[in-house]
Amino acid sequence: MTCRFVALGLHQTDMAWSIHTFANPTRFMRFSAIVLPYVWALAGAGIGIGLYLSFFVAPPDYQQGDSVRIMFVHVPAAWLSQFGYGIMVASSIMALIFRHPLADVAAKSAAPIGAVFTFLALVAGGLWGKPMWGTYWVWDARTTSTLVLLFIYLGYMALWVTIEDPNRAARVAAVLALVGAVNLPIIRFSVDWWNTLHQPASVFRLDGPTIHSSLLWPLFVVAIGFTFFFLGVMMVRMRAEILRRRVRTLQMQQAAG
Amino acid sequence: MSAFWALVQRDVRLATRVGGGGGMAVFFFLIVLSIVPFGIGPDLNLLTRIAPGMLWVALLLSALLTLDRLFQADQEDGTLDLLVMAPQPLELTVLAKAISHWLTTGLPLVVAAPLLGLMLNLPLDGMLPLMGAMLVGSPALSLLGAVGAALAVGVRRGGLLISLLVLPFYVPVLIFGVSASRAALVAVPGDLGGQSLLLLGAVSLASLVVGPVGGAAALRVAVK
Repeated sequence: MTCRFVALGLHQTDMAWSIHTFANPTRFMRFSAIVLPYVWALAGAGIGIGLYLSFFVAPPDYQQGDSVRIMFVHVPAAWLSQFGYGIMVASSIMALIFRHPLADVAAKSAAPIGAVFTFLALVAGGLWGKPMWGTYWVWDARTTSTLVLLFIYLGYMALWVTIEDPNRAARVAAVLALVGAVNLPIIRFSVDWWNTLHQPASVFRLDGPTIHSSLLWPLFVVAIGFTFFFLGVMMVRMRAEILRRRVRTLQMQQAAG
Repeated sequence: MSAFWALVQRDVRLATRVGGGGGMAVFFFLIVLSIVPFGIGPDLNLLTRIAPGMLWVALLLSALLTLDRLFQADQEDGTLDLLVMAPQPLELTVLAKAISHWLTTGLPLVVAAPLLGLMLNLPLDGMLPLMGAMLVGSPALSLLGAVGAALAVGVRRGGLLISLLVLPFYVPVLIFGVSASRAALVAVPGDLGGQSLLLLGAVSLASLVVGPVGGAAALRVAVK
């Protein structure tokens, strides 16, 4: 292991690797090329085994029947929708404070994946809601705050699209991500409060400990698979973004003379 | 501090004397609300029930309408560069802009709201809670809106972008605002009206921090 990382230029002595080890896009390109196949393998294994467990091994719920299997997609997707925003916020802090050259690439790459998982959580939730609640959409507190999260993702992506200069777009988008991070808890609280005003706490709550372990295991395995899938797509997107910026720089140089 | 108030005065003057300012927002508020009965029918009972919500939604939309000029006009004529370079902290500058936006948009709408409430058959008992809630909540619209406006400075079609960025952040204001306005109309167990008014105030105070800090951070990027 060590010699491979030394070959990569990752030879910090005392501290394992500082953040700045990966600051160099070239190093990141080399590192991600090596790591990516493993990430894909873990993602495939996690999703494959997880889905097998959830479709064939996990027993049907005594109340929800086979519809409970939708939860094995819905819940991990909902987790990852927040994981994605967390990555965006962490990268935005790095981008704003340390001017870390890869951080804004990471934030930009994470956004659409997070948005897709948010959308997936909403769609899976709707499909589960139809047999369970009798309707695809309920203005339930969690549904609503997930929808608002999707809107914030879309607004963030819209900001990246509308500003042409990547350096400027990066810093503006980072400010938006951080303002969103401050506001998300407030939105979440307000929506919870609004919902309890109208209807009592939902019966169909999926609190961790109330689930039987036979249903919990597939959930975790799928979640791990989804997480590696997220990281894999994110790395591919980051690589593409780095190459896109290089092309842009080359074109600029060519145009200059 | 004199620079701060001078900036507020300047923006209020510009908004009231140059077209497209607060007057237009009130007009828009009126139009949106008078379209509602066409959409849902003239049933007075139904209108009473949705009046507070519609008034708040219209307030949000009208506040949005004037946001895109908040920094854009200054950026186009170069004033923004001077404001950024000035010795006054940029956070205070953003706060001054937000205050003037509120004075020219939020305040006139709050004053006009009872009149428009009559058109939606809002009972007279509901007027004071509505105005109170709007008075407490509307500053948050200007302050959070300032962040959106600062993020979209120098972007083509900035107005549309601001709406997309800012509306999700308006959700808490809308929720607590409507609930505080409703308190007098619907008998709710407990003192929910007062509670939601307090929470609305909390949102406004939080925006008082988020707005200037976020707005200034975005402006520094835009101008550099």
